[in-house]
Amino acid sequence: MSDQVAALAGFSCPVPLGSTERVLLGHGSGGKLSADLLQKFFLPAFDNPILSLLDDQAILTVNGSRLAFTTDSFVVKPLVFAGGDIGSLAVHGTVNDLAMGGATPLFLSAAFILEEGLPLETLRHVVDSFRKAASAARVHVVTGDTKVVEKGCCDGMFINTSGIGIVENGLKLSADQARPGDRVLLSGSIAEHGIAILAQREGLAFESPVQSDSAALHTLVAAMLETGAEIRCLRDPTRGGLSSTLNEIAARSRVGMTLEERAIPIREEVRGACEMLGLDPLYVANEGKLVAIVAANAAERLLQAMRRHPLGQNAQIIGTVLAEDPGLVVMSTTLGTTRIVDMLAGDQLPRIC
Amino acid sequence: MKYIDEYRDERIAHGLAAEIRQLVTRPCVLMEICGGQTHTIMRYGLDEFLPKEVELVHGPGCPVCVTPLETIDKAIELAACPDVTLVSYGDMLRVPGSSSDLFRAKANGSDVRVVYSPLEALKIARSNPNRKIVFLAIGFETTAPANAMTVWQAHREGLTNFFMLASHVLVPPAIRLLLRSPDNRVQGFIAPGHVCTVMGCQQYEELVSEFHVPIVVGGFEPVDLLEAILMLVRQLEQGQARLENQYVRSVTRLGNVPAQEMLEKVFEIADQKWRGIGTIPFSGLRLRGEFAAHDAEKIFGMAEIHTEEPAECISAQVLKGLKKPTDCPAFAARCTPENPLGAPMVSAEGACAAYYRYRRHKVLV
Repeated sequence: MSDQVAALAGFSCPVPLGSTERVLLGHGSGGKLSADLLQKFFLPAFDNPILSLLDDQAILTVNGSRLAFTTDSFVVKPLVFAGGDIGSLAVHGTVNDLAMGGATPLFLSAAFILEEGLPLETLRHVVDSFRKAASAARVHVVTGDTKVVEKGCCDGMFINTSGIGIVENGLKLSADQARPGDRVLLSGSIAEHGIAILAQREGLAFESPVQSDSAALHTLVAAMLETGAEIRCLRDPTRGGLSSTLNEIAARSRVGMTLEERAIPIREEVRGACEMLGLDPLYVANEGKLVAIVAANAAERLLQAMRRHPLGQNAQIIGTVLAEDPGLVVMSTTLGTTRIVDMLAGDQLPRIC
Repeated sequence: MKYIDEYRDERIAHGLAAEIRQLVTRPCVLMEICGGQTHTIMRYGLDEFLPKEVELVHGPGCPVCVTPLETIDKAIELAACPDVTLVSYGDMLRVPGSSSDLFRAKANGSDVRVVYSPLEALKIARSNPNRKIVFLAIGFETTAPANAMTVWQAHREGLTNFFMLASHVLVPPAIRLLLRSPDNRVQGFIAPGHVCTVMGCQQYEELVSEFHVPIVVGGFEPVDLLEAILMLVRQLEQGQARLENQYVRSVTRLGNVPAQEMLEKVFEIADQKWRGIGTIPFSGLRLRGEFAAHDAEKIFGMAEIHTEEPAECISAQVLKGLKKPTDCPAFAARCTPENPLGAPMVSAEGACAAYYRYRRHKVLV
């Protein structure tokens, strides 16, 4: 036994596995690995002042008009899930990327990459859902493309979209605009999309099934802009969840942030599922929620405007922007202590015990 | 949420903390064994509640952290076989072996899959009769019965393509090792509530009397842990050493007997290597001879792997409670969750990762 005790002191750990020669799934998680890919590959290759703002959409001035332009790809599995499908999700995701720039969404492209063997009935369902979602959001699909790949080369169906919208002159919403003293608003309860997908994928049955929150947020944004209140930044916390979005804003604006755990709405069934799976809801994806960074004196007015809208009924003020600790997001826990809300390195992993 | 909210209640937590402050008159070093408990302490900032006299150090109870490097290397080697599907819990995929990890193995073309329950590994075996399914099974007494059940079920069904690469560890021998160490500082233990749910708390009576050390079986919520700390402080202040059970809503003296029987049926106690600690006698579980057909190490004729670990991180002292993660010069600098030097930085329940993820705003100022 004494040999083992002596051996304790000599233990050491292996060299780090910092670099990788191949793409890992974690590179698509929306966390630090994704940011790394952006910094090392895409930004050096395509760098320009518009791209380097790293917002969900580019704002382009063309003949005096300000256009918002965005693109997104959808690879969700399963293709149809509780609360939506890949078609409606593609419309909502693209519309939301435009809306977060304060744009009125106008036109979409739709490119479908289909796997050999996909049932046409599934395609019909998705296309119909795409059409209905676009029509409800009052956007037109004005161009598209179809490709078919061999069986095994994609998971049923992938969709790529682009979107164009128009932004009022003078409006500037960007992740680098947060200032100390600003308040952080959240439009509703979090983590529903991620849990709905996970539950379906893993065949987990809950007493009350969790529905994806997938929704187009542009009318909520319009209602917020109508108040004339000073909004600095809007973001929809999709992949990587609320925590990744807030960390990005804190880093881009070089500010700190403090959150109130108690103020962040989470539905009971979602909390239960997260507890069971060992997941932190702050890192779970949303597809119908937005975060707004707003001037302190505008916060209450905006909150009321959000709560009057069906997609913002559960809106809350969840935090404050600080000058201290730039880039760090800290949360006051329900116990009154504090803890860091970090950006995850890769995917959130299920816990072992 | 019932059974959760009352154990995260601010008022009750503050009340317990006040009682601890009132009671404590001298410094004491307490260790929580389980990584899940470490996680709760960090996530809820329980250190902010405690008086300076109470020092918490963090034990070796993160199963991912103590899985030997050789086991990870073997798993990567097996996963590289074209007819093998390697199945494990998500946490294990990110743990670095000597030169790679299972996520990278996956990116390099190995068939590696994540499951939530070991029984899912059996499903994969049933529906892929032409592939060899290797389940990388790790964990303490908590996860071991379910893993045992998988092998037992595979055996019963005659599934010839299901194999287990196992690294199971037992808590009491590790506590015994810590207590026998000449540089031990720990004066009281919070025993792991979930391990005790399975094994019963009677297992710890022997340790209490042998070493005259107070042990309190604790739960995993903030109020559980504060209450367990209070119970330990009370014993230490009164000069007592007893086994107490704070986690009464889950733990009984005898534990989950059918689970223990399943363990007994499938596994036998064996010496086991712990990463960061070395081989501890009788501290692990290996498959019994009658299940040899499912033992990956035997079936795949795996050669002993010898791993070299260059001296960089201090996880040995961290796992032993001699040092805090923040005592390490590499902490949050050369060692982060993206680039972990040692396993305690990899798993969310590892002490280093928990400090990094939740507390570095307090320790780096």
